[in-house]
Amino acid sequence: MNWAERVSPAVRAIPPSGIRRFFDIVAETKGVISLGVGEPDFVTPWHIRESCVYGLQQGYTAYTSNYGLLELRQEIAKHCAATYGVEYDPRKEALVTVGVSEAVDLAMRAILSPGDEVLVPEPSYVSYKACVALAGGVPVTVPTTVENDFRLTVDQLEALVTPRTKALLIGYPNNPTGAIMPRDELAAIAAFAARHDLIVISDEIYATLTYSGTHTCFAALPGMRDRTILLNGFSKAYAMTGWRIGYALSNPDFIGAMTKIHQYTMLCAPVTAQVAAIEALRHGQCSVQKMVDEYNRRRRLMVEGFKNIGLDCFEPKGAFYIFPSVKQTGLSSLAFAEELLKAEKVALVPGDAFGACGEGFVRCSYASSTANLSEALTRIGRFVKNRL
Amino acid sequence: MRELLELLEKDHTLTAAQLAVMLAMPEAEVAALIKEYEAEKVIVKYHTIVNWEKAGTDRVTAIIEVRITPQREVGFDSIAERIYRFPEVRSLYLMSGAYDLLAIIEGKNLKEVAQFVTTKLSTIEGVIGTTTHFQLKQYKEAGVILEDEEEDRRLAVSP
Repeated sequence: MNWAERVSPAVRAIPPSGIRRFFDIVAETKGVISLGVGEPDFVTPWHIRESCVYGLQQGYTAYTSNYGLLELRQEIAKHCAATYGVEYDPRKEALVTVGVSEAVDLAMRAILSPGDEVLVPEPSYVSYKACVALAGGVPVTVPTTVENDFRLTVDQLEALVTPRTKALLIGYPNNPTGAIMPRDELAAIAAFAARHDLIVISDEIYATLTYSGTHTCFAALPGMRDRTILLNGFSKAYAMTGWRIGYALSNPDFIGAMTKIHQYTMLCAPVTAQVAAIEALRHGQCSVQKMVDEYNRRRRLMVEGFKNIGLDCFEPKGAFYIFPSVKQTGLSSLAFAEELLKAEKVALVPGDAFGACGEGFVRCSYASSTANLSEALTRIGRFVKNRL
Repeated sequence: MRELLELLEKDHTLTAAQLAVMLAMPEAEVAALIKEYEAEKVIVKYHTIVNWEKAGTDRVTAIIEVRITPQREVGFDSIAERIYRFPEVRSLYLMSGAYDLLAIIEGKNLKEVAQFVTTKLSTIEGVIGTTTHFQLKQYKEAGVILEDEEEDRRLAVSP
């Protein structure tokens, strides 16, 4: 029996994550400094962990509402109103999800019909295109370039939009490039979305980690609130990746549709994580600011480091990644990553894992201690020196 | 500059060049600032935290509450000075509440600390009484957890 053939063709058609493949190579090597990690090196601040322990002692062990604890939704709505000036009704317009990953999946399944096209800028987070395809949609890649600071332009979008285009899926600050979208350019994208009557799914998980200017929330742009499914969560800003907790905010129809899928598949996000998330929103600002300041200092170290090494490098403005070009070495992204790992035991992620236009780049995460980063830069420098 | 001081407080092995990059300042300016802070005793001393138990060296630490009679003109300061000049005294604070001074004393063993308290400390003129607490275990020192078992539990590569 060939069981592989019995797997759904739709699932078979989706390529496995490029990161997974590289992970296996790294896992076999000992003594590696890894800049390949897509999550904070900080452990969740103690007061947040402690609140979860207390919650367990208080007996918070049962299902919650499908939407999530109302108390948490109220805090989320309050946070959004205070930070970005966008108001949501916590009872009908907010859904607590198992990380932003689930929210992306729900959003796609809630809005797409078979064959609907979704514009997805690249390089970008690995699951966007897969989620579109799994929901029966057709992802349409919008390649962004280093010449344009990896920003999305309306010209590109206009060239790719068709009558079948249903939505635009963006994620800024961007993983893996660290690019952000300035407010005026986002406003142009908003006008484009309105012109073509598109739904915009905006994954703003790295919003707090913006180092140059302030983050513009897409839903806060005039006329965009109801057209936007705003996604955010606790993983990056509060160092809570393993808790799996995020949320979606939008008009009651979209949130209602997403909740329908969520209730039949996930039921609710883990209550322990929801309790901790309430504490994070209520009292976490001080710990968040400390982490943001620390990332910003490391970001400067990395930019300077790559400049000294002699690799062309776009200065990241957000998230905790730097995305230098390795084209000067004559190596492909994967070859560079593999040879660097073999020669100097530094792990980073080949850029093509984030889309074909990421070829020629590598993603280095600076969610690692200053000592680790300095040592990694020394090793990368030694490796590159022989190849320039 | 608070950020510079905070960074040095956490790790004084950072070089002026590294600090300059991290703070987006010219290196010369950072170096000059550090010199100035050192001269003005804003930066008092660069300190190393040693886990003596791990180093295999026996030490005894006692926390001592000291009640004293303040003196005309100088208040508590004069007696405090007579106490803090002893090298056995690691820290000394003037406190509000049930006693006046809090002294942290270090010695090789219990006997040495006891001897210091009975022969040196209690006999100082103006010292009315002392209460000695011996430290049983040290968990955290100057913001650092000594035996931190939290390690990096992340996968080596993740999206």
